[in-house]
Amino acid sequence: MSIIFKKTRALTDLKMHYCPGCAHGIVHRLVAEVLEEMDEDKNTIIAVPVGCAVFANKYFNFDSIQSAHGRAPATATGIKRVHPDKLVMTYQGDGDLASIGTAEIVHAAARGEKITTIFINNGIYGMTGGQMAPTTLPGMKATTAKAGRDPQINGNPIRMSEMLSTLDGPAYIERVSVSTPAQVTKAKMAIRKALEMQKAGLGFTMVEVVSSCPTNWGVTPVKAMEFIREKMIPYYPLGVYKDVTAEEGK
Amino acid sequence: MAKGRVIIDETICKGCELCVSVCPKHILKLSETKTNSAGYSPAEMISDDCIACTSCAKMCPDCAITVEKFD
Amino acid sequence: MAKYLMKGNEAIGKAAIEAGCKYFFGYPITPQSEVPEYLSSELPKVGGVFVQAESEVAAINMVYGAAAAGARVLTSSSSPGIALKQEGIGYLTNASLPAVIVNMMRGGPGLGTIQPGQADYNMTVKGGSNGDYRNIVMAPASVQEAVDMMMEAFDLADYYRIPVMVMSDGLIGQMMEPVSFDYKPCKELPPKDWALTGMGEGKKHMVENLVMDADECEAWNHDHFKVYNAIEAAEQDWEDFMMEDAEYAFTSYGTSARIAKTAIGILREKGYKVGMIRPKKLWPFPIKAFELHDAKIKKYLDVEMSMGQMVGDVALACGDASKIEFYGRVGGNIPTVDEFVAFGEKVMGGDK
Repeated sequence: MSIIFKKTRALTDLKMHYCPGCAHGIVHRLVAEVLEEMDEDKNTIIAVPVGCAVFANKYFNFDSIQSAHGRAPATATGIKRVHPDKLVMTYQGDGDLASIGTAEIVHAAARGEKITTIFINNGIYGMTGGQMAPTTLPGMKATTAKAGRDPQINGNPIRMSEMLSTLDGPAYIERVSVSTPAQVTKAKMAIRKALEMQKAGLGFTMVEVVSSCPTNWGVTPVKAMEFIREKMIPYYPLGVYKDVTAEEGK
Repeated sequence: MAKGRVIIDETICKGCELCVSVCPKHILKLSETKTNSAGYSPAEMISDDCIACTSCAKMCPDCAITVEKFD
Repeated sequence: MAKYLMKGNEAIGKAAIEAGCKYFFGYPITPQSEVPEYLSSELPKVGGVFVQAESEVAAINMVYGAAAAGARVLTSSSSPGIALKQEGIGYLTNASLPAVIVNMMRGGPGLGTIQPGQADYNMTVKGGSNGDYRNIVMAPASVQEAVDMMMEAFDLADYYRIPVMVMSDGLIGQMMEPVSFDYKPCKELPPKDWALTGMGEGKKHMVENLVMDADECEAWNHDHFKVYNAIEAAEQDWEDFMMEDAEYAFTSYGTSARIAKTAIGILREKGYKVGMIRPKKLWPFPIKAFELHDAKIKKYLDVEMSMGQMVGDVALACGDASKIEFYGRVGGNIPTVDEFVAFGEKVMGGDK
């Protein structure tokens, strides 16, 4: 008999505060597993956001800093410039990265800052209670768009991976999801690739994770995963948007 | 014949059912008799047909699942 | 010791490097742009890093990261840019992180003007970010003093784990004076065992800012105030200028204090027993100076390049607001010696 799946050392034993079925827990685990497998957890510093993941620093069993809302890429820039030999990451939600922190992520990416960003896109503000996010789908309900997002009134969602991939600074940008075990496996590979490319000093790397918020979407965790597949992914297609190593191979 | 088994930490499980929904052998179910200190009904194995595929553990947001494979 | 003829802004940049600062994150704004310009070419020569940030907001958050990583780090800006940095200054303060922030003040409010001003006293000394907090605020009145204060600022920041503001103005930033650089640490500094360096084989480091529990957050506040109390006890700093027999005292800092010194010389020639208490640190405010002199002072003549933002602190320090007369110029106007002499004669009214 052998244990083939157990909790990674790169997570603490604290019980996570997230709602039942929240995919933050899955992504936290993937980040931590990859760092343990690379044997880099003790050499990593992560900047966590304002939003539900503000307490991610308590769950990651490695160095961390709580950033100001949206500013994690700037904070990570400061850290990386002081410690170019460490792996430096940001973990950000959609309000953090694609709304209040748009300037910081665009410019960190444009500078080719050698950091890895994990971007959780679940189309809603979770911590503050279900308000419209920059990534809320057209027609999707939010507490500040009660009849559903109307692009004429509320503006349009932003596809960050596509937008950032137009820049020269990023080395790797992939959009993944975690709504099925197969997607989880792929998401982990993407995180691994991003961190390997950071380690190789190739530039800015980002993995966007199309994620869920069962509580504020008002559905069960299982239905939320279905919503990801049926509604979110058609608007936010999965795939590699930038990979300088693939370009070299052409 | 069971190829493995899952061990669920009932104190951590939040009863989200993601593991239940992805198990290809349908061997997981939320307990109808147990409630943990947070008020959730934890998932449990209801048959020993586990094939140790780890799908449940991959989907568990709370790292509540350990998977063993029988040699 | 070697003397260099340097512009204030460049001397500030060199002083930072001499004090061991290797990281600068900032954004251009008049009248401080020579600081980033100078450091963009000089920092790489000493193995340092200069990043021109996309905004003041990003710059101060890069400072937050670099400070958390254990480095001596500097940013500089001018009034509207410092207003933008306030969020990050609050975060640095709450996380007990050392950093040095230079403010080459200009006239305000809003976009204001690009000429020198001193109207950021309230924002900087009273705190422009949210919450209960203090930062050490230093106010040089010459290029040499700006150099010396920059060096001290890094030590104080590391010693007390607090952001230190060096608050000057466009005039000192732009003027050229001969300066020397002689950095000797003014404190025995504790190791930065809290810094983010990767946990290695030790315990993980966490730089935190959110405290959900009210009692715990209150305890954080009290812990910060223990540090502030220690700073108030140990770090008050001022210059007594012709105060030995003074019956009247100007109160002023920075550029306006420079002008006041010349005015005081003229008033002395006219027979007035007048001097000046010049705060070199605006926080902690030099209350001890007033305890020392107040009994023999009939009136305080507060002169500033603001509408009187320091008057409240002078009143608290001397305990009698009716003893204070105020004269100020704003909007980027620099008061003249003649204006201060006239103001002095009006207040003292022939009382020689």
